[in-house]
Amino acid sequence: MSVKFLRHALSAAAVAATVVLASAAHAQQEPLKVGFVYVSPIGEAGWTWQQEQGRREMMAALGDKVSTQFVEDVPEGADAERVIRDLAQQGNKLIFTTSFGYMNPTLKVARQFPDVKFVHSTGYKTADNVAVTNARFYEARYLAGIVAGKMTKSNILGYVGAFPIPEVLQGINAFTLGARSVNPNVETRVIWVNSWYDPGKERDAALALMGQGADILTHHTDSTATVLAAEEKGVHAVAYHSDMSRFAPKAQLVAVTHHWGDYFTKAAQAVLDGTWKSDMTWGGLKEDMARVEGFNAAVPQDVLQLVEEKKQAIIAGKLTPFDGPLKDNAGKVVLESGSLNDDALTRMNYYVEGVVGKLPSK
Amino acid sequence: MLRLERRARPSTLMAWCSPLLAVVLTAVCGAILFSVVGKDPIASLRVFFFEPVKDLHGWSEVGMKVAPLLTIAVGLSICFRANVFNIGAEGQLVIGAITAGALVLWLDDGENGGAWMIALALLAGVAGGMAWAAITAFLRDHFNANEILVSLMLVYVAQLLLSYLVHGALMDPDGFGFPQSRLFSDGWLLPVILPATRLHIGIALALIAAVIGWLYLSKSFSGFKLQVGGIAPMAARYAGFSSRSSLWISLLISGGLAGLAGAAEVMGPIGQLTPSISPGYGFAAIIVAFVGRLHPVGVIFSSFIMALFYIGGELSQSRLGMPSAITGIFQGILLFALLACDVLIHNRLRWAR
Amino acid sequence: MDALAPVIASTLIAGTPLMLAALGLLVNERSGVINLGSEGMMLMGAITAFATTVAFGSFGLGFVLAAVVGVVMAAFFAWLTIWLGANQVATGLALSLFGVGASAYLGLPYAGESLQPPQFAIPILGDIPLLGPALFRHHPLVYGAVALCIAVAWFLGRTRPGLILRAVGESPSSAHSLGYNVRRIRLAAVLFGGMCCGLAGAFMSLVYTPLWMEGMVAGRGWIALALTTFATWRPFRVMAGAYLFGGITILTFHMQAVGVPIASQLLSMLPYIATIVVLVLISRNATWIRLNMPASLGKNFNPNT
Repeated sequence: MSVKFLRHALSAAAVAATVVLASAAHAQQEPLKVGFVYVSPIGEAGWTWQQEQGRREMMAALGDKVSTQFVEDVPEGADAERVIRDLAQQGNKLIFTTSFGYMNPTLKVARQFPDVKFVHSTGYKTADNVAVTNARFYEARYLAGIVAGKMTKSNILGYVGAFPIPEVLQGINAFTLGARSVNPNVETRVIWVNSWYDPGKERDAALALMGQGADILTHHTDSTATVLAAEEKGVHAVAYHSDMSRFAPKAQLVAVTHHWGDYFTKAAQAVLDGTWKSDMTWGGLKEDMARVEGFNAAVPQDVLQLVEEKKQAIIAGKLTPFDGPLKDNAGKVVLESGSLNDDALTRMNYYVEGVVGKLPSK
Repeated sequence: MLRLERRARPSTLMAWCSPLLAVVLTAVCGAILFSVVGKDPIASLRVFFFEPVKDLHGWSEVGMKVAPLLTIAVGLSICFRANVFNIGAEGQLVIGAITAGALVLWLDDGENGGAWMIALALLAGVAGGMAWAAITAFLRDHFNANEILVSLMLVYVAQLLLSYLVHGALMDPDGFGFPQSRLFSDGWLLPVILPATRLHIGIALALIAAVIGWLYLSKSFSGFKLQVGGIAPMAARYAGFSSRSSLWISLLISGGLAGLAGAAEVMGPIGQLTPSISPGYGFAAIIVAFVGRLHPVGVIFSSFIMALFYIGGELSQSRLGMPSAITGIFQGILLFALLACDVLIHNRLRWAR
Repeated sequence: MDALAPVIASTLIAGTPLMLAALGLLVNERSGVINLGSEGMMLMGAITAFATTVAFGSFGLGFVLAAVVGVVMAAFFAWLTIWLGANQVATGLALSLFGVGASAYLGLPYAGESLQPPQFAIPILGDIPLLGPALFRHHPLVYGAVALCIAVAWFLGRTRPGLILRAVGESPSSAHSLGYNVRRIRLAAVLFGGMCCGLAGAFMSLVYTPLWMEGMVAGRGWIALALTTFATWRPFRVMAGAYLFGGITILTFHMQAVGVPIASQLLSMLPYIATIVVLVLISRNATWIRLNMPASLGKNFNPNT
């Protein structure tokens, strides 16, 4: 078979071997067993790939203090509960469930395994042994929007979205606000493909956006199709989840990326030290859970400087992407002054001014 | 060299042995596959076939997967015997889940619930599935529109409808904009029949459906007419059996059962309406129906095997580090093996000079 | 009006894999054999083409090997159904199931990788404003699909072998008693179907979205099957159906981009509903339907009985 597959098989075997050796040699400190549940195949870029990178970073940081296992491509729904429970039954003491659809299954299993710690990504319900983690990707989107606003010539930005959930809307709105902060004539057009994972549809959507005049594309989906379409047709793109510059060296202006390694390592270390508590962690640029990176050489120096300046302002708390006054794209005032708090962010269900279109009403 | 010679009469011995032989053949192919990728074949086969059912809890999980597969496959067996190819059971499942879920959301006030209410909601699910299948039946009946195409297209429409509803009208108002409905209160969830597991009455309903399906096909006149219509349509017409009523009956039955399966999934393990309530049960049930030889009792065994493979495949991932693709490969091999072994029912292997 | 050219261009591209697969399946079904393995064959074709091109750098070789893989899978199907007499529907489903799993497995090393396909343009014609980018700057296989449609229509309708194939589909026993080798003819049809599905899959991973992701065919194999019934087994209707389906999908995206205030899920339903509506409109004449569906479709034929 292939090298990559052998590597996976070997790492699983190595993990098993590590566990055996560790338990034989160090009878007093058993490695902490950590489990991961992934909603899609790991692939080479995308949401799960970044989670997997986090897992590897954690393993590298903590060495033989932890042993990990993962199950990928677990559909949300009844199957998820079984997989999570199975991981708990196999002795994993810390389990990361990395998709919002796993929220209720995680809570159900957590009730039955009070001594196992669970961390759920992008949810909103906690329990004594269930913590929630998320990242303020929208902060990085705002910075990416600044780059897009400065570099667009047609003043039309294209966004390929999966589903109109608050997290995706935060991204669209922050991107648009960032772009309009440097270029008030910019508008964003959105196409929903109703799937996290259909490269054919993503590409068609990207081409449709280009047909409508967009010269910078971005996406909130799991494949590289949008960015590749931009590369092929000679326009620019902002990649999401992962740095896609090796797939699209000319097109990618910048990437908004996810980094979970630090958080995973801290969580595992806390369990090892006995100091783990259930909380809601929503880290952003400051905690390095979201980044803008992979800048194209074509991005001029003054834009890079502006981005860095705004980044520091966000980290220092002096600026947020959603500072008032804020209007939605129907003209209604959403926020008079101050900035949107976490509650308002997690409930976001509108487009800001500058985004074309109307969301289905509730 | 080996030659196939047609038997004078189909061999009953082979009819019974063929599924067992197919499973053995699949295990052998599986062992080869595992060795080729460098895993211990015996340990891997153990994980695949025995690990899922090594304890009561394992059996309950397999049972939970059997319930929807069996329910739908019983309906499809009846439908396919009538030569009506309902490929859209997945869509009927989704609509059944929507109607049952919507009823629960409408009536649930946190206090009520109980057996009668649950029964009502399940019936709503059956009605929903029937209604969706009725569209296919109507279009075929009045406009000769091929049911394969219509029912398949309606699957995608149903899935999009579910997505539309959980993003909008049926979304939990306190759910932070998540595309999910409110959680159903405990009084509205299907009772668990095996304590300390998740196994709910869905499995009992499925088994009852299998028995009723068998009785319908083997003992009722309507079932008889339906089957004759499928095997020899000219003869059926000559005898005055209405192909139109066969069409409607078979689609309504399979639609209703698929709707029941969908309702049981959302009122059982899931407990709410979400955008993804089925990992393709409606399509998998087509295979279950064929592997079970379109016999309502036969599908009990084939749904068990398929459920075993699903869970075995899942466990292979966490225990052996195999990729998720392994499940599909195994199920494909099983089906091929069964089809090959079934050949031996009607044919004999002979050495020819 | 600016968007018209991209809409037409995308429609042609979106319709091509559907058309290729559906034409192959049409020939298959005209001989009386129904092969539900299209999704599996397309996916195996897609991964074969992708892996080949990554390994050898040649897109042409990728297409050729994908076609070969499609033929091999179809041959296995043919052996089981035509010679061993296994149930066609179940065997086809098994083929799809296996193909989906096997392609995902074989594709693991290539997950998320992508290719840079060459750009094509017909000289002179490609430079016409509006029509050029819409019609004349496509991959050769887009035009090949149209040519295939014409060829299949001509073959079935105007040649003797085509007539024999249709006869086999209508009444294998009659064809057999006239001395034609029903099994060999069906085999040829099935192999042709497999080849087309393999090519359609290759088109997906080499041209449509030049990357590999498991399951990337995303149900187009099933849509292609549905299209043959939609088209009542006539090649030009396959072309119309493929472009109709592809075109409406593209249109709904443009409608979203322009800001039409209808929920995206409802818009996404349009291609499916449109296909049903058109089918209903053209199916009203029952006699005509019966005249078009191959009478022996799905039934096995044993020359020795």
